[in-house]
Amino acid sequence: MRCQMCERPATFHITELNDGEVNEVHLCEEHARGYLAQSEEETPVASSSSSLAGALAQQLELGQTAEELARLDQQSCPVCGITFYQFRNQGRLGCPHDYVAFDNELEPLISNIHGATQHKGKRPRHLPASGEQRTELIKLRREMKEAVEREDYERASQLRDEIRRLEDEPREDAPASETEGRE
Amino acid sequence: MKFNDLAEQSSAWLRGIGPESDIVISTRVRLARNLAEFPFIRRCTDHDRAAIEQTVHRRIDELPELKDLLYVDVNVLPSVDRQFLVERQLISREHAESEGARAVAIDQQENYSLMVNEEDHLRMQVIRSGLDLEAAWEQIGNIDDLIEQKVTFAFHEKYGYLTACPTNVGTGMRVSVMLHLPALVMTRQIEKVFRSLQKINLAVRGLYGEGSQAMGDFYQISNQITLGRTEEELLNQVGEVVPALIGYERKARDYLVREGHRDLHDRVSRAYGILCTAQTISSEETMHLLSSVRMGVNLGLIEDLEIPTINKLFIHTQPAHLQKLSGSELDTSARNIERAMYLQRNLRPDGNGNPAEQN
Repeated sequence: MRCQMCERPATFHITELNDGEVNEVHLCEEHARGYLAQSEEETPVASSSSSLAGALAQQLELGQTAEELARLDQQSCPVCGITFYQFRNQGRLGCPHDYVAFDNELEPLISNIHGATQHKGKRPRHLPASGEQRTELIKLRREMKEAVEREDYERASQLRDEIRRLEDEPREDAPASETEGRE
Repeated sequence: MKFNDLAEQSSAWLRGIGPESDIVISTRVRLARNLAEFPFIRRCTDHDRAAIEQTVHRRIDELPELKDLLYVDVNVLPSVDRQFLVERQLISREHAESEGARAVAIDQQENYSLMVNEEDHLRMQVIRSGLDLEAAWEQIGNIDDLIEQKVTFAFHEKYGYLTACPTNVGTGMRVSVMLHLPALVMTRQIEKVFRSLQKINLAVRGLYGEGSQAMGDFYQISNQITLGRTEEELLNQVGEVVPALIGYERKARDYLVREGHRDLHDRVSRAYGILCTAQTISSEETMHLLSSVRMGVNLGLIEDLEIPTINKLFIHTQPAHLQKLSGSELDTSARNIERAMYLQRNLRPDGNGNPAEQN
């Protein structure tokens, strides 16, 4: 077989995949090199939406003025205390409640990353409501630590009792009996 | 089972069984989960981290189905042992290198491992030999169900399982298929293939995950999106492209056999010769040569050598493995000598150091 670009024998048989469409090219070594180099210069494939930092930067650039961004950065999660600035900086959220506390900012971000905002897959067997209850523990533990730090031991001990009570609480929404088998 | 027994055995996923195992090394499915009652890892105090580790440990112990797991406290492990677990694909590099209370629970056959306090509280993964997506998902799904009887995972009606990074939210699932694609590399088609994969939202990584070089012509294909699709849809998304990739690799191999049989046979034989006789050899060169030998065995150019042996050598000639197997700490040059000896013992037909040509 001859190279499609010249008279030399084709030693490179390149198969291109484009959205499931198959396209074959037959080239000699020299033309193949040029061909491959050229396609490498095409638009970077890793679109910004595939990385968190890229998606965040894009979104914040679009939506906010400097003042709005400064205000947004100071918002914090009532449960774990992380500020939006800290999330933006580290790329990691502080606790499950952040998805509620920062929903306005996270929803477009999540939509940008995943192209969707509604979970469709597996769910825990028990009600997610109990998860939100458990998340309260994060806040109580943090408040207790703060109470100890400011030497408010009375408050700290109240909080400790509250935490213990919640920690020991059986999961009332757990499957009635584990011998019952799975759904 | 004890930790040091791991070094002696070969992971089940290296057995080279399962569909398409000449090209597909392994299938991996991992799930990210977090306990609802603790902050995500970055926001944890030392006390929180320790409490998460203890909670998960206790809950796993309560499950009879998981009672045979080897539970390893990664925080107190010497660095060579942590590196060993990374080479073995049982923990991530991030997990090995981070600090604070963390652990991994390992199945005896190394079919699955559960990382505690990685980027998320719990990262559970199943690895299977060959292309085996359904079975991998079924197994990790069952383990998820078991553990969920004992703990409350952070879950949101709309966003699904909540993770520390929004890129994993929803199913928390990453499906990865590891392929051996030497002929696509030799015929310089590999870049092309990857660009097309990235266009359809699939990620391509090397043997040791993010940022790692594609050593030994191994490539991992995995999904990037985790939300808005069911687990089965995500499996299909990765599963659909794999047969095409296998097809391209086979075509490239056919082409090499047809158009350059002597060159190919020469390349494979030389690679085998060096591996059998070298006195000192780097990890990189080993991976590179083993890749040619592996393809040579698959194409029938080398006889008397089994794929599981070669699969094992890719992993067991890594730095921490050599040190575990030899039972001592070795610097780079000592490792290169130890590696050459290890290869000789495992590759020469009689295993006694007599040249292979003698038969």
